[in-house]
This record gives sequence, structure tokens and C-alpha cells, in this order.
Amino acid sequence: MNRIQTRFDALRTAGRRALIPYITAGDPDIGTTETLLHTLVASGADIIELGVPFSDPMADGPVIQRACERALAAGTRLRDVLALVRRFRERDADTPVVLMGYLNPVEAMGYAAFAEAAAQAGVDGVLTVDLPPEEAHELTQALLASDLDPIFLLAPTSTEARIRRIGALARGYLYYVSLKGVTGSARLNTGEVAEKVARIKALVDVPVGVGFGIRDADSAAAVARVADAVVVGSALVSRIEALAGDPQQLNAEIGALLGAMRTAMDAVTA
Amino acid sequence: MGDVIDFSRFPDADGHFGPYGGLFVAETLMAALEELRDAYARFRDDPDFLAELDRDLSHYVGRPSPLYHAERLSRNWGGAQILLKREDLNHTGAHKVNNTIGQALLAKRLGKTRIIAETGAGQHGVATATIAARLGLECVVYMGAEDVKRQSPNVYRMKLLGASVVPVQSGSKTLKDALNEALRDWVTNVDDTFYVIGTVAGPHPYPMMVRDFQCIIGREAREQVLAGFGRLPDALVACVGGGSNAIGLFHPFLNDASVAMYGVEAAGDGLDTGRHSAPLNAGRPGVLHGNRTYLMEDENGQIIETHSVSAGLDYPGVGPEHAWLKDIGRVRYGAITDDEALAAFHELCRTEGIIPALESSHALAYAKKLAPTLAADQLLVVNLSGRGDKDIFTVAARDGITI
Repeated sequence: MNRIQTRFDALRTAGRRALIPYITAGDPDIGTTETLLHTLVASGADIIELGVPFSDPMADGPVIQRACERALAAGTRLRDVLALVRRFRERDADTPVVLMGYLNPVEAMGYAAFAEAAAQAGVDGVLTVDLPPEEAHELTQALLASDLDPIFLLAPTSTEARIRRIGALARGYLYYVSLKGVTGSARLNTGEVAEKVARIKALVDVPVGVGFGIRDADSAAAVARVADAVVVGSALVSRIEALAGDPQQLNAEIGALLGAMRTAMDAVTA
Repeated sequence: MGDVIDFSRFPDADGHFGPYGGLFVAETLMAALEELRDAYARFRDDPDFLAELDRDLSHYVGRPSPLYHAERLSRNWGGAQILLKREDLNHTGAHKVNNTIGQALLAKRLGKTRIIAETGAGQHGVATATIAARLGLECVVYMGAEDVKRQSPNVYRMKLLGASVVPVQSGSKTLKDALNEALRDWVTNVDDTFYVIGTVAGPHPYPMMVRDFQCIIGREAREQVLAGFGRLPDALVACVGGGSNAIGLFHPFLNDASVAMYGVEAAGDGLDTGRHSAPLNAGRPGVLHGNRTYLMEDENGQIIETHSVSAGLDYPGVGPEHAWLKDIGRVRYGAITDDEALAAFHELCRTEGIIPALESSHALAYAKKLAPTLAADQLLVVNLSGRGDKDIFTVAARDGITI
């Protein structure tokens, strides 16, 4: 059993929801990211989504676009991200790490080579934003062969047929994009999300996480009432942008924000 | 080639041209693309839709565009007879309008009230703003901030036509970033918005749909050559950025094995300098903007900046059908430097009294090399995809002239 499933099983037993922070690897440099990964875990992260920077992040809003630009300017490439995960694993054997990014850097490395290197580094799942199930067969096979979970997105516009199809392919968890838009949008409608997540959960067997539009303890708690996992990205990344020059303050604020989300989520599911 | 390929049967149902094309977008766009695919499947053979399109192409665009026998140029180049397909004479001055009218009529039938577009040089943006004004649709055009500076006359044209022009500040601030931003807008406003892509790239069905709308170029050229000369041409030449004017000319001839075809990419400062926009000549396959195709990328799969004097060719990808036609050898792809294109620009101005777009000047420069290798009774069709009025500031600046 891999780390993601182990983690969701443990959370279910404890009656808790997963808190999944996203940060972009190498933003503003790889050393800062490495420290932040441990801060995230210490502040209540259950799973970490680690962004692989790409020059053309089409599904991301300005906050994560700029994070990608900073990371690329610092020279961060896919192989550096894998090396980062390997170092993280030396100190943390349990927290699942999911790589999130776009297909082309993976294509450039080669599917099989990527899957083997990622598994060896200690990666647990891979979410490729611009790879819908229609085109995913080959990469999915490579990931499964290395015991990596292919993570897929669902959208408000996904039809029931698509939800079933994607649910059948997915391992680990499904990531429901809570609104029509790019990352960093702020129009979370918790009523709508509750309704849609309930529908999705009736159609699939894997846990369902919700992301996009979650920026504070209140929105995290609201989503925790209805979903198995809460994903927070741009709210963290914008703090990294603001505090890049002050690592101590950065880790303190990231820890405080995530900790507040953790507390609020546990309060509503207790 | 071994087996005979019927080119009219591509792409397959999922938008693949061999290993290229496809549908590489986030789940958030899949429903919109399925809606578009279904709508286009419904209307592409619908007599009412096609009749409306034909009417607009005749009376609004001014089609058919002439096929002009450039006799002085042919004599100067010494070889094949040069036939210029005059897309520069279309309303708005380029082939782009063939496609924007088709997509805008489709948007109207889908009940969309807002259309968006990306643009590099501004030609596609102007062609989109034009049809939006005529159909009473709201229009937003995304344009890289660098291109907004380089192409101010076209920015003003779009504004005169009632469009909003949004300068894009991310990435390299050029066409590829404008495309990213248009995709982000579409994801956000997918209910009322139709995305009018300007070239034969992007996720399925765009490469097929844009090709189909641009095939009017090749269908007319085929009839015109047959009517004027009683036979098919020997060779076709067209410039390739995304590749919509080229595929529009080539596609109706692909099944005619006797017709040779040459696509011309922008070699910029030269292929060996790395400062160019020639993915088919010097790139490798990858995935960007919804399709698998040849790309300008580094060894880590990051997209790299491109260069060409012609903003319309300054793009790191190319339509997936071209990628496939290259691999199977049906079309040959060459490249022309900035300097060669500019020389051809001046030569056409002085020899035939036609000011060509810098994009089309790449095709002309290539044809100049090809013509002497052909006999005087052979026919070489060059797609004059656009007029050069938009480029006079660029040309003057390079020639050290202030206007």
C-alpha cells in the first residue's frame, strides 16, 4: 500500500480530512522550498503537492505563473525537483508528495525514465494538468508500473460520463477544481461545491479533494465539511512572493496560515 | 511513401495526425471543447451555414482572391512561372479573415455573445475584431505587451473596430503568452465565450476546423490553375508560423502526388544562431497549447523564446498537421532568414508593384531559390498570405529610415 492510500486510511479512521498545501518547487529557490516542505508538515499538512515549474502554465493564474517564472529564473528544472524530493524523504518517510505540473517537461525526460526517477526519489503521485484521460494512457501505464498514483482533475463542467471515466482511471485521490477559472480565483461557492462533491462521491471510489478559491481557515473549514481533502495553493504562494527575502518570517507565516486551517478543519469534523 | 494516404481522412476522431495533434488541456476546458467539436461536426456540412459563409466570403471579404501570374518576377528569377495567390487583397489584408468569419458564424449559432482571440502581429486580432463588429459580438483580444509596442497601428485598428485589447505581461510577453492568457479567459468565461484561435494549432478540433476554413485558398487556386493553364501546378510555396495559410493552400492538393509542396519557416538570424522560429527545422516534438507538435524547447522541456522579423511567424510551435506532413515527407520544410525575407519584400515591391507582408516575404524568398531549379513551363504557386502595409515601420527601421 502506498503512502497516499495509507494516509487517507489513517485520516478516515481518525475522522479527519486531508489538508494538502501546494507550493512551486524552486520558488524563489530550491533551498527555501526544502525548508518550507518541513514547515508544511509541522503545521498540519497531510499530503504535499509540489509544483514543477513550467514556462507556460496555462491553467494557472498570475500568482502561480509568477512563482513558475521565479523558479525557472533560479534554474529549477524537473531533475532538480526530483532531487529535492529525495532530500525531503531523508527526513520524512511518511508524508506523501504529489508532483503537479504540465506534460512537456515529463515528455522531454521520457515517460518511463521520469516514472522510475520519480519513484526512486520518493514521489507518490503525479498530477499532470494538461493531460486529460483521452491522452493519458501511456503516461498512466508508466506511472502505475512504478507504483505512482496518477491524480486527475475534475471540473464543474465535467459530465457524469466523464466523472465515471476519470474516476475509473484515478488512483490516490481526485482533485475537484471548485470553480470555472484559473488558480488564485476567489469565488468559492461552498453550497455549489457541496452539491457537486456529493454527486462526484456517489460516482467514484477514490477520495475527493477540493481546490481553487480556498484561502483561509474559514474557507478550508467550509470545504472540509463536504470533501475528503482541502487543497490550498495560491494563498500560500502569494505569501512566498511577499516574504521571499525573509525566510524566518516566511516560514512563520506559512506555518501560522496552515496551522489555522488545520485547526478550523479539525473543529468542523470532530 | 509506401501506401497511398488519403489526406482528406485526417485527423482521426480524436484529432490526431499520426502522433501529433490531440487534446492536451486541463479538465476545465474539456466540456467546452466537446461542445465545439459537436457543434462543428453538425455545421461543417450544414447547407445553411455554408451558404452564409460563402455569402460573406464573396461579398464581405471579396473572394475569390485572384491568382496573379507575376510575369516580370518569373523572368527575373529565370525558371518556373510564378503565380501569386492574392490573399493580401482580402478585406483586412490577409488570409486570417477566412477563418475568423467561419468561427464567428459558428459562435453566433452556439448563442455565444462574446468572442476572444490571441494575436501576435495583430492580423488575426484585427480580423476577429472586424467580424465581431459586423455581428455585434463583444470582442477581447489578448496580445503580448511586447507585440503591443511593436504593432501599434494594428492595436489602434482593433480599438477602432470596438475590441478591447489586453496587453499580456507574463512570460516572454509575445504570442505564446497571449495564447496562454486567452485560454485562461476561456476557462473562466466558458459559458458565454467563444475562443477564436487564429491558426491551425491548439486542441482538437481547432487544427482541423481552422484548416477547413482556410482550404478556400487551395480550392480556389486549384480551380484557377486548371482554368488558366489546363493542368495542376508543379509546386506550392507558403510561409509557416502556426501554418494556417500554408495548410489552406496545400490541403486541397495533398492527394495530387504530382504537386510538390514547400513550407517556409522563419530562420530569423539563421538556424545556427538559435535565434529563429523554425521548430520543424530545428525543434523537436513536445506538447504545448493543447497539441503535440514540433516545438522550440530546451532539453528540459521548457519553451524557449523565438525570434523573427515577422511577428506573425514568431511562435515556438507549429500546427500538428504540418508536423505529420514533415515526418511522412509529403511536404518539405525550409527556412528563410530575416535578411532574405527583407530582400524578397523589396524585390516584389519594385518588380510587381505589390507590397507583401513580411510573413509572405519568407515564401517569396524561398520561391526565388526554387524557381531556377524548375523549367520555364512549370507552374509555381506562392501564397501571398498578406499585404505589407502593417510592416512598413519595421522595414523602414531596419533600413535606417525614419518615417
